[in-house]
Amino acid sequence: MIWFVTKRFVQAILVLVVVALIAFAMFRYLGDPVNMMVGIETSIEQRDKLREQLGLNDSVVVQFGRFLERAARFEFGISYQHRKAVSALIAQRLPATLELSLVSVILALAVGIPMGVYTALRRDGLLARIFMTVSLIGVSLPTFLIGILLILFFGVILQWLPTFGRGEVVNIGGWTTGLLTPSGLQALILPAITLAIFQMTLVVRLIRAEMLEVLRTDYIKFCRARGLRTRSIHFRHALKNTLVPVITIVGLQLGTVIAFAIITETVFQWPGMGLLFIQAVTTVDIPIMAAYLMLIATFFVIINLIVDMLYFAVDPRLRVQS
Amino acid sequence: MTIKTFLRSACVLLALALILPAATATAQTTLRYAFQGGANSLDPYSLNETFTLGFLGNVYEGLTRRGPDLEIQPALAESWEIVEPTRWRFHLREGVKFHNGNDFTAEDVVFSLERVQAEGSDLTTRVPSDVEIEVVDDHTVDFVLSAPNPILHAEWDTWYIMDKEWAEEHDAVMPTSASGDNESHATFNTNGTGPFRLTDHEPDVRSVMEVNEDWWDEPQHNLDRVVFTPIGSDATRVAALLSGEIDMMYPVPVQDIERVNGNDGTSVMTGPELRTIFLGMDQKRDELLYSDVEGENPFKDVRVRKAMYQAIDIETIKSRIMRGLSEPSALMLSPLMFERSDEFERHPHDPEAAKALLAEAGYPDGFTVGMDCPNDRYVNDEQICQAIVSMLARIGVTVDLNAQPRAQYFAKVLASGGYDTSFYLLGWTPGSFDSHNVLVNLHGCRDDSGKGGPFNLGGYCNEKVDELTAKIGTENDPEKRNDMIAEAFRIIHEEVAHIPLHQQGLAWGVSDNITLEQRSDNQFMYQWVRKD
Repeated sequence: MIWFVTKRFVQAILVLVVVALIAFAMFRYLGDPVNMMVGIETSIEQRDKLREQLGLNDSVVVQFGRFLERAARFEFGISYQHRKAVSALIAQRLPATLELSLVSVILALAVGIPMGVYTALRRDGLLARIFMTVSLIGVSLPTFLIGILLILFFGVILQWLPTFGRGEVVNIGGWTTGLLTPSGLQALILPAITLAIFQMTLVVRLIRAEMLEVLRTDYIKFCRARGLRTRSIHFRHALKNTLVPVITIVGLQLGTVIAFAIITETVFQWPGMGLLFIQAVTTVDIPIMAAYLMLIATFFVIINLIVDMLYFAVDPRLRVQS
Repeated sequence: MTIKTFLRSACVLLALALILPAATATAQTTLRYAFQGGANSLDPYSLNETFTLGFLGNVYEGLTRRGPDLEIQPALAESWEIVEPTRWRFHLREGVKFHNGNDFTAEDVVFSLERVQAEGSDLTTRVPSDVEIEVVDDHTVDFVLSAPNPILHAEWDTWYIMDKEWAEEHDAVMPTSASGDNESHATFNTNGTGPFRLTDHEPDVRSVMEVNEDWWDEPQHNLDRVVFTPIGSDATRVAALLSGEIDMMYPVPVQDIERVNGNDGTSVMTGPELRTIFLGMDQKRDELLYSDVEGENPFKDVRVRKAMYQAIDIETIKSRIMRGLSEPSALMLSPLMFERSDEFERHPHDPEAAKALLAEAGYPDGFTVGMDCPNDRYVNDEQICQAIVSMLARIGVTVDLNAQPRAQYFAKVLASGGYDTSFYLLGWTPGSFDSHNVLVNLHGCRDDSGKGGPFNLGGYCNEKVDELTAKIGTENDPEKRNDMIAEAFRIIHEEVAHIPLHQQGLAWGVSDNITLEQRSDNQFMYQWVRKD
């Protein structure tokens, strides 16, 4: 086990270096950050000086080396636009993104699992067909469109829910949370649904397919033969065995949800990291982009590691083999 | 707590959240508004950009300020006079206090002058670099110039005066440089003399201001509090206004104007903006970078430039693309900034005449040229370029359009990219609201590094115009000055130095329960907001 974790750790560092390298190779095609940092009337000499001071005239290799050296000390520099330490900026925005992502994954599971089980058990039922059609729409509609439709319906027409932002937040030791105030909870509903819909449909389809397979296996037949209650067969025996692939997918998806919260955050002006990143892209704020990409890569690596370790916990066969 | 009771209380909490109204009513009058971007740094000298300076203009004040019609008014200076052609005397207002309680004195003006000229400041153009300041007494200062300058104070409404003691106390004496390795106190905190004080600021998330009870002037607003939120997505910003969550937002995308007007309780305030959108042509290189014409540069020929001009149907651009929200312009600056602008008229739209001109210049079959265009900088910039491509096709000029985001666009076409363009679309607002700025920056003869006319991307050059520009810069007599400006503009117009298109319009979405003043420089001042 320890060997396994160490091996993963070394791999993780390698992944991070590669991510940083690719990122740096791409930054030069984004445009000139200096023009984004000054007003239109700023003289050419001033612009040149700034470019020199920021080290933008150095070759990509030198810039990359400098970044690595600093990153090893967990220093990510000062944002060009915000003139604020990037680590502090990200720390400020992280809670918003994590809260949104976790709530939406929980939502996706809470709604997706029962729906998946139901559609598997009542394959030809009317409701099951409706669920499947709805989930098809969920998979095929782009997130930003869902977001805008929700805003239009619940925000503008019905005026039940706020259309943007995070509402009032409470600061608990540096972690801002919107879960404790009414306006924070209200503000969370639409973005969480928007972000959850795709995951939810994925879970529904996954559970349904796995469930159908498990229900055909012999031990389920034995269960029936033993005269166990249907409910107990479905939920205690069948569902439990469908969960291994679900854990994998949901775990990996959690990383995706955090990374792709960008679109939802943009549509709802949700003050998370994704919004910070997308603004950094338009203004070529290299320190923010670099730090964000590294952080997301780290998330993926950690989540993968946890998922691998969860297998050990859930599936006894793996423990026997190792 | 068992899971059941936890779930139950969570449900109750959620239900409560849904039942409670979004905004709890208070006796306070709060203005809530949104803009497409935010104020990234609060240091008043770190970015020379309209929104940032306008936002800070509610907190900080300059020696002068501008009224609803952009007229210069006294602010921290009660009055001023030109005692000698090169000596301006400013009488400072007495009894003014900064938000931290410190007194405003001549010392602060001296400090602000040093700071605005220091390295790292993006507003060094506010004051000529060789100005000397002399303190006459605690509330009088003299600015001594090396040459007469009739528009010395034209941009001083956004040169905000900072408190010397406060800056020293917080180690913020130098402007927040973009390249610094350290954060600066002045980036996140403010200490102005203005009508509002900033109480909470989370960059790009939310800023809260409260009224400054000790302001020296009579407030014309009836606000207690202002909450600002940047909302980048156009659709979301419009939705926030329609749903009544905010009282005001700008800009309204032109395609949503009807929707906002059609909604009960909201409307769009439109007006002319100062920015002029124009086309430029490379007239400097002997051969164009992006063209099929070899060995010569067609744009060096005034007939070709005029043909391009006359091929453009500006009224169609106005009605179809700008949906009426633009004012076609014959000059390179807004008519609001030059009183004799009605003497000028656009060269008429005439494709036949344009074709004849091209034939005369030796291009009867036209030619091909590459065009650079931003797609996220000005109102409908890419659509304007597309329309121009098809209009020029009618006279035989084939245009390869390269529309890209502003970060890439500016990196290519500006001096840092080596003026890498043959034909481009650009917008310009003279910061001083004065013709001289337009003549220097867009029409001055320049070398390859940009010296002389840094934003004259096409490299237009006429010695006579340069000569007039120099004189205009130092002429104190308004009559004579306007004569020379008119003469320079006449030359530029006849020689088609650029192809001016229009001044784009302002569009502010406003809820019916507030009234405000819309200034043409697109700065939103809370001072004139009344909310019922």
